[in-house]
Amino acid sequence: MLRKLFKFNGGVKPATHKADSTRDPIKSVPLPAQLVVPLHQHVGGTPHPLVAAGDKVLKGQRIGAADGNVSSAVHAPTSGHVVAVEPRVMAHTSGLSTLSVVIEPDGEDRWIDCEPVPLRAMGADEIRDTLRDAGVVGLGGAVFPSHLKLKPAKGGTDTLVINGAECEPFITCDDLLMRERADQIVRGAEIMQQLLQARRVLIGIEDNKPEAVAAMQQAVSARGADTMEVVAIPTRYPAGGAKQLIRVLTGIEVPHGHRSTDYGVQCFNTGTAYAIADVVDRGRPLVSRIVTVAGNVERPGNYEVLFGTPMDHVAALAGVKPGTDRFIMGGPMMGFRMPAYDVPVVKATNCILVGSPELFPAPAPEIACIRCGECARVCPADLQPFELYWHSRAKNFGKAQEYHLFDCIECGCCAYVCPSHIPLVDYYRFSKSEIWARERQKNAADVARDRFEFRNERIEREKREKAEKLAAKTAAGRAALSTTAMDTVAASAPAPASEGAEDAKKALIAAAMARAKAQREAAAPQNTDALTPDQQAQVAEADARRAAISPAEGDAAPTEQSVR
Amino acid sequence: MSLNSPYLRKPTSVTRVMAEVLLALVPAIAVYAWFFGVGILVQITLATAAAIAFEAGFLKLRGRPIGRSLADLSAVVTAWLIALAFPSIGPWWLVVAATAFAIVVAKHLYGGLGQNPFNPAMVAYAVMIVAFPALMSQWPGAGHLDSAAQLELIFGGARSVDAITAATPLDAMRTGLRAEGSSVQALLQGEGFGNFAGHGWEWIAVAFLIGGLYLLARRIITWHIPAAYLGTLAILATIASFTAPQSYPGAVFSLFSGAAMLGAFFILTDPVSGATTPRGKLIYAAGAALITWIIRHFGAFPDGVAFATLLMNLCVPLIDMKTQPPVFGHKTRN
Repeated sequence: MLRKLFKFNGGVKPATHKADSTRDPIKSVPLPAQLVVPLHQHVGGTPHPLVAAGDKVLKGQRIGAADGNVSSAVHAPTSGHVVAVEPRVMAHTSGLSTLSVVIEPDGEDRWIDCEPVPLRAMGADEIRDTLRDAGVVGLGGAVFPSHLKLKPAKGGTDTLVINGAECEPFITCDDLLMRERADQIVRGAEIMQQLLQARRVLIGIEDNKPEAVAAMQQAVSARGADTMEVVAIPTRYPAGGAKQLIRVLTGIEVPHGHRSTDYGVQCFNTGTAYAIADVVDRGRPLVSRIVTVAGNVERPGNYEVLFGTPMDHVAALAGVKPGTDRFIMGGPMMGFRMPAYDVPVVKATNCILVGSPELFPAPAPEIACIRCGECARVCPADLQPFELYWHSRAKNFGKAQEYHLFDCIECGCCAYVCPSHIPLVDYYRFSKSEIWARERQKNAADVARDRFEFRNERIEREKREKAEKLAAKTAAGRAALSTTAMDTVAASAPAPASEGAEDAKKALIAAAMARAKAQREAAAPQNTDALTPDQQAQVAEADARRAAISPAEGDAAPTEQSVR
Repeated sequence: MSLNSPYLRKPTSVTRVMAEVLLALVPAIAVYAWFFGVGILVQITLATAAAIAFEAGFLKLRGRPIGRSLADLSAVVTAWLIALAFPSIGPWWLVVAATAFAIVVAKHLYGGLGQNPFNPAMVAYAVMIVAFPALMSQWPGAGHLDSAAQLELIFGGARSVDAITAATPLDAMRTGLRAEGSSVQALLQGEGFGNFAGHGWEWIAVAFLIGGLYLLARRIITWHIPAAYLGTLAILATIASFTAPQSYPGAVFSLFSGAAMLGAFFILTDPVSGATTPRGKLIYAAGAALITWIIRHFGAFPDGVAFATLLMNLCVPLIDMKTQPPVFGHKTRN
């Protein structure tokens, strides 16, 4: 294995804490009493529920249909019946709720009829639709719908990178998956390679996982995949960041805001490759994933967990130790604290990290930045984190953006090394959300302004048009003055024609009044035009009543109404 | 209190960083005391006490947590640097006033730790050398003064100084070269000079170098500033002494005299007032070396590290702004 590897700058080497959870093989989880399956588990549109309370579902049955192309389907993780389709707290720090399908398992765990996908007989688009409907999303944590990433790039895809780096401390789900099910991962990678028409596949694994490297190498050679190579890369957080891994394996740096496919590279997690092989070879949609349970537990380990299983149900199997004060989804560097212990395991849940004050003590109080630059030295995005901090603190968001705030991947290296214990990433999150909020506001304001300006313009135009019309009419009226109008006036009023302009004006007014009257008379009956005989009778009755009460008003009322 | 990731933190703190810097200064202080007597230890004690007192007082005035801020040891580092930069037989109030000025004016009036644009120790030095030029140029000669005499000079009133003080090697070189027919070579043979620079002083410089290498090894500082500073100074001295060997001492003398080593590893590397980007650090330190060399040879003061530092501190915002390193992905394409 003498492939030339590249380096990304920065990175840190925290204690990995991985040994404890890799002793035992992947274990299964007994069915919980209820599964709460959120419909929105991925990046993109929220799937529409396909079931309602009371429905019976089979394992693998689609319960949420992808909403458009940037979305993914959701499936029943086991057989049973739907208890409710209602908002439930989601696996997110915010503690917000999301529409979820609550399923009570019947204990049979009976699959739908699973048909392998005939790849050869299908077009590429059809295969991608199948993957979308099978709910395959990136299982490294980003949960981006995989089918969207499986289009060959315009310039052709050179390299497919399979990400088995798994650089976050504590997490070992990919490690165990590679050790135990390497063959199916390689199979999935082959399918991806085929779809992408990629020249080669590089499987990057941090060199602190020699068993996984060996297993994957064996699987690759057993399948005779000669364009596929397993590469052990130096262990350094965040080597498992897609952009960092691509850099290490290919030397290519994908800038923020660009897709790696523009550079001929595509990257998938090992778990995603495994899931795709499951869909294609066995016809099974994504209903479970491997989850590491680690931290403040007796027996850290990995479990194959159905989506929707409450986290505390899984964690209990590992023996949650006293002193636990939080569940973190993901690792200690980038994970998110859960709002409750019973939130469901979702597609993004690679790890349930059981936290305690002993394990993750509250950081010392934040003190002033001394610009030591340690954060800049460890930043894998080559940013100057302390500058971002100064500008974020000063709410100088424009400057923060100038210093490439949005290139920050929130890996946490800077905060990890900060001698002043500044929660740097929190400052960046704050700045980013402020900037987003302002952009939203600005967009809204822009729309409002556009609308306002359009309205003004319209009013102006209408005024102009009215004025033009009026002018035209006046001109026409003047022209006709000596003929028709004069005759009319002469006929209706005995004033002498020689009185000139004064009379002409009067004549115009009189003519206009005559027109208005005619119009009013023409319009008046419209109100009662299309009435049934019954209604007419009622109207007549009402008129009679009204006439009885106040005769004068009764006469005026219909006209007034119709004019309005 | 951070409730968000990362939940792991490296066991590090400003206190640790500052403690490492203090530790790295210990060899030089020991060598200093060995050659020049107890004076330096007294000055360090005075400066430290003054720094803690003024820091605590000002923190209280500003309503800041006193214990936690004192514990960061930054004031102590400032105190030690002042003591090391000042003559060790100066009167006690000189170093105390200097420390007070450094802590109160140069640090807290600018907003405290992390906010000062100028190196506080160097501000103090510059103020004092302008205000008390005579006192600031009375240095002990190696082995000339016993402890009692030094204490008398520090705490006593009257100073009959000329008989007992000596010029620093840089000063001696400077004044010596003004005399008709003198040469660098002849002067280096004279009293007060040692194997490759000033007698005694050269070994203090070596001790600073050792301390600095320790800081490098501990990743408290990076190589950029010391390398650029010492490199530039060495190149300038070499060129000058090559073109006019009579009038300009060579690289070795330049590097191991005055505050060059102290400046390269302990003063210019102050992160708060120094440049922060890798390229910026190189420019910043090279600029400081150029100014140091110019002041040493053409200026009014025997050494120029303090003014060089302050002048380059002024340029830091511009240097940093103009030397931002390329962000990931922005250097290859795009």
